[in-house]
Amino acid sequence: MPANVTHKSQGIGAAMNRVDGRLKVTGKANYAGDSQFASPPLIGWVVGADVASGTLTHLDTSGAESQEGVHAVITHLNSVEQAPFGSPEDMGRFGQSRAMLNDTTIRYAGFPIAMVVADTLEQARYAAQLIEFTITPAPISLLSEHQEAQVVPEDDDGGYDPDAGIGNIDAALADHQRFDMTYTTPNQVSAAMEPHTCIASYDGEQLEVQASVQILASAVDCLASTFKLPADKIRIKSPYVGGGFGSKLGLHNDAILACIGALQLQRPVKVAMTRRQVFHNAPHRGKSIQHMALSVTDEGQLAGVRHHSAMPMAKDYAFAEGTGVAARINYQAAAIDSQHRVKVVDSPMIDSVRAPGDAIGSLAFESAVDELARTLDIDPVTFRRNNIAPVHPITGADFSTNNLDRCLQEGAAQFGWDERTYRTRGTRKNGFGVALGMRMNMIVPSEASLTLHPNGELVVHTDMTDIGTGTYTILTQIVAEHLKVDANRITIDLGDSNSPTSSGSGGSFGASSAGTAVLNACEALSEKLCELAGLARGNSLVQLAGDNVIFGEGQTQQQHAVPHLLNSDSPLTVTGSVAPDEGNDEYVQYSSAAHFAEVEVDTITGEVRILRQHGAFSAGRILNRKTAGSQLKGGMIWGASYALLEDLQQDPRDGSFVNCDFAEYHIAVNRDIGDITLQLIEEPDYKACKLGSKGIGELGITGSGAAIANAVFDAVGVRVRDFPITPDKIVKQLSETR
Amino acid sequence: MKPFSVFSLQHAEDLSQVASFKHSRFLAGGTNLVDLMKHQIERPDHIIDLSGFDEANQITEDDGRVVIGAMVTNTALADYAYKHPRLSLLAQALLAGATVQLRNRASTAGNLLQRTRCYYFYDTSKACNKREPGSGCAAKEGFNRIHAILGTSEHCIATHPSDMATAMVALDARVHICNAAGVRRELPVRELYTLPGDTPHVETQLADDDLITAVSIDTVPRGTHIYQKVRDRSSYAFALVSVACTLRVNEGVIDEVSLALGGVAPRPWHAHQAEACLLGNPPSPELFAQAAEAELKDARSYGGNDYKVPVLRRTLTHVLNQASDHQRAHPSHEGAMYAR
Repeated sequence: MPANVTHKSQGIGAAMNRVDGRLKVTGKANYAGDSQFASPPLIGWVVGADVASGTLTHLDTSGAESQEGVHAVITHLNSVEQAPFGSPEDMGRFGQSRAMLNDTTIRYAGFPIAMVVADTLEQARYAAQLIEFTITPAPISLLSEHQEAQVVPEDDDGGYDPDAGIGNIDAALADHQRFDMTYTTPNQVSAAMEPHTCIASYDGEQLEVQASVQILASAVDCLASTFKLPADKIRIKSPYVGGGFGSKLGLHNDAILACIGALQLQRPVKVAMTRRQVFHNAPHRGKSIQHMALSVTDEGQLAGVRHHSAMPMAKDYAFAEGTGVAARINYQAAAIDSQHRVKVVDSPMIDSVRAPGDAIGSLAFESAVDELARTLDIDPVTFRRNNIAPVHPITGADFSTNNLDRCLQEGAAQFGWDERTYRTRGTRKNGFGVALGMRMNMIVPSEASLTLHPNGELVVHTDMTDIGTGTYTILTQIVAEHLKVDANRITIDLGDSNSPTSSGSGGSFGASSAGTAVLNACEALSEKLCELAGLARGNSLVQLAGDNVIFGEGQTQQQHAVPHLLNSDSPLTVTGSVAPDEGNDEYVQYSSAAHFAEVEVDTITGEVRILRQHGAFSAGRILNRKTAGSQLKGGMIWGASYALLEDLQQDPRDGSFVNCDFAEYHIAVNRDIGDITLQLIEEPDYKACKLGSKGIGELGITGSGAAIANAVFDAVGVRVRDFPITPDKIVKQLSETR
Repeated sequence: MKPFSVFSLQHAEDLSQVASFKHSRFLAGGTNLVDLMKHQIERPDHIIDLSGFDEANQITEDDGRVVIGAMVTNTALADYAYKHPRLSLLAQALLAGATVQLRNRASTAGNLLQRTRCYYFYDTSKACNKREPGSGCAAKEGFNRIHAILGTSEHCIATHPSDMATAMVALDARVHICNAAGVRRELPVRELYTLPGDTPHVETQLADDDLITAVSIDTVPRGTHIYQKVRDRSSYAFALVSVACTLRVNEGVIDEVSLALGGVAPRPWHAHQAEACLLGNPPSPELFAQAAEAELKDARSYGGNDYKVPVLRRTLTHVLNQASDHQRAHPSHEGAMYAR
């Protein structure tokens, strides 16, 4: 991806426009569904189970097979050989076999039982409805009550222990004013703009795959595991991803089915999920039931914090969300008791969705904390500032950097918290809310190569992805700054599994991990060029100007032509990498946020409308103020969406999801969002990584929804503890109280 | 999708040339039908394509009534109605519906005939008497937050989703129909829709060859117009409940009132019991509460939609209060309360 426009400012931090922006808005960026293969792909259409558990006992595909244009109907009776689902056990979940169409066991509602492959989508879709099948249903298990969740997960997502705590919680709760609350959050989906789509091609030797996936290396492992193929016979490309939000960390049913079709027919096969299919064939977030008990001293100091989380875990798929980790980090308290339990259920795959743990944990916990402040009649900003932790509340470890208090203080000032004024407009009353967020930062092993061509052009290769976050742009900026070279001379090549293995995108770790690897590659190139020029190592100032390299400055400055230095027409390639231990492990690393919101609530109808949101964020050094800001605003909007709208309903009778389209699964639209502003409190954190940056991808959503929920309470005195806060729930309480 | 034939209709008279109306569907804007065909919910053998039905693409004023061609888009109609105080209710309802993009495509007749948004109607693996007569109703004991509280039957509790149609019912619009034999007739929109009973797959009085050519509305003075829609999301969300109201106060009594309710019944619900309670009486909060009670006394809810009874009661009484307050403050006011 070359930067083909001139940017005024190109260094790290600059609000540089996306280098891939023009390609995207002109439709020239090729996504997974835009076939790059020589022959047009056949189209696969999936037939899914209509119940969540049972055995496929009857299947008749003859009616579909005889239809015009149909090449094959693939079922467990004729599918290619696959390794058992979830094998090998010692591999991470994204690298394990995701076998399907290989036996008669129904694992969840919508589970693929057949795929029709035809020349056109319409042919495949029509033929699919002629398939007759019977599933002998088995009883299904879903989570409805907290106490049903009795299983202790091995660990929580993000590497957290399921249980953690400090102090004597029973005493801390007994000795002070105690508040008991249960908050619930519903099933949710990532709702990426681009539905999951894959085209696979197999020539008898090599499996070539166009996928929409956040992490490539483990996706290759997944296909190797599933189809028992050597990894070097598999190549996955995913240069553009139309949103992931966790739902594309690994490969899903579209990819496995497209590969089954390609391996079987030895022709390119495309499987593009419809929006309805995404709900069952890609992961979702399970509902949460969060039991909390908090106690507080008369002076407004938190004494006891108990957070017990109950969530579902999908059968055969060990993913548990760290919903309670906000309760372990946001505030100091004499005693903390955080516990996660799960119940194994017959649901579609449950995995990461938009800031796993913190998005829904902060929604509930920051609402609960607000209840304390309001009941004690302490200003909610003051209450938070008085209780935030100077060191890790449980381990006592120091923060690498922590600007949470500045976020609260400066955010409140910019929002105008102390000047907030109340008014009634017709039947609508306004209200104000605040909440905070802390999101763990981490580095994941990452590698990149950097190639200098004789004409002075630079190319970065890494299997990193850009899921809409701006990776192409920030990596361009890192190279541009380090080698003082114009962005037009830099090409960033992403999303190809043949390139060096990166962190991929997810967990807010992509920018710092892949970015540090690229920075190290730049340093390696500088050193190599010094060496070639016969200069002492460590001469840090190496600049590229056209096809010349300039060393040093002032009187000692030297200039060499690149072809001369390389002493050949061949390019020079160096690599850079990063590993987690490069950071400083004795410190805990967090990004921090303070969210503020003003809403209006209609006292007749219970409708909530957001007037404005403001976020103050600190995430180390900001790599690009524009793409960082966009990402943070996007997170703030998702948070608003969680507070007020999103609610994926599961029918307890058959385990299927009910409202599977964007008409009925409501995500926030433009009109739902009011003015949205943010401020960045920048302080490079060189303990986090050499770049000084920390993760921002999941910071925007963490706390955002709770600020809105708290504003609703401020407006009309209604506290809805089962999210989302829809008009019916507000009216119910309004009717009861007046 | 299932293969189908296409007949392009230019004039209403062309209906006589259509080979068969068995399993046929008229295709206007396509914003609903095409979706349903993709999902294999509608599986017509024949499509009668109305994209060339140009004569139905205009709005004419004629002797105290406005005649809206069946193919007039929701955007064009909203634009027109917005400028006419006596059609304000229609403009308010149209602009509360769908999105700009959908309104640009959706037609007047198609909007009247759009199908329900019931989740179980949309999921072909579920029981639905409307989609598959005799298969049962999965919504009654399922997730029924968006379902009806009035006019339901044991066989179906789905709602009619249209905002526009709710305003049309309040404004007592008439649908103009032409059939294959060339017979033309008019039918009040209040009589267009049937209740589900034991045939929820039958939704209107229209025969297979009946083509709606236009909708007309008498532009009579009706006082203050209010369309209030309660919704989860501020755009692209169907009404949880909606109230279409016109109300006029003359010499201290309500001498003209029209009420229709959306999102609560299998059809846009003409609240004639509430109207009867109001007409000829001096407006008061007590009267409005009685009127709401008169209409809601037969309401039946199914768990997930229990909230619709209080939300409708609150919204209906609020709208009536607002309209009568406005009439008191601005005698002989006509149209919307918003400043223009």
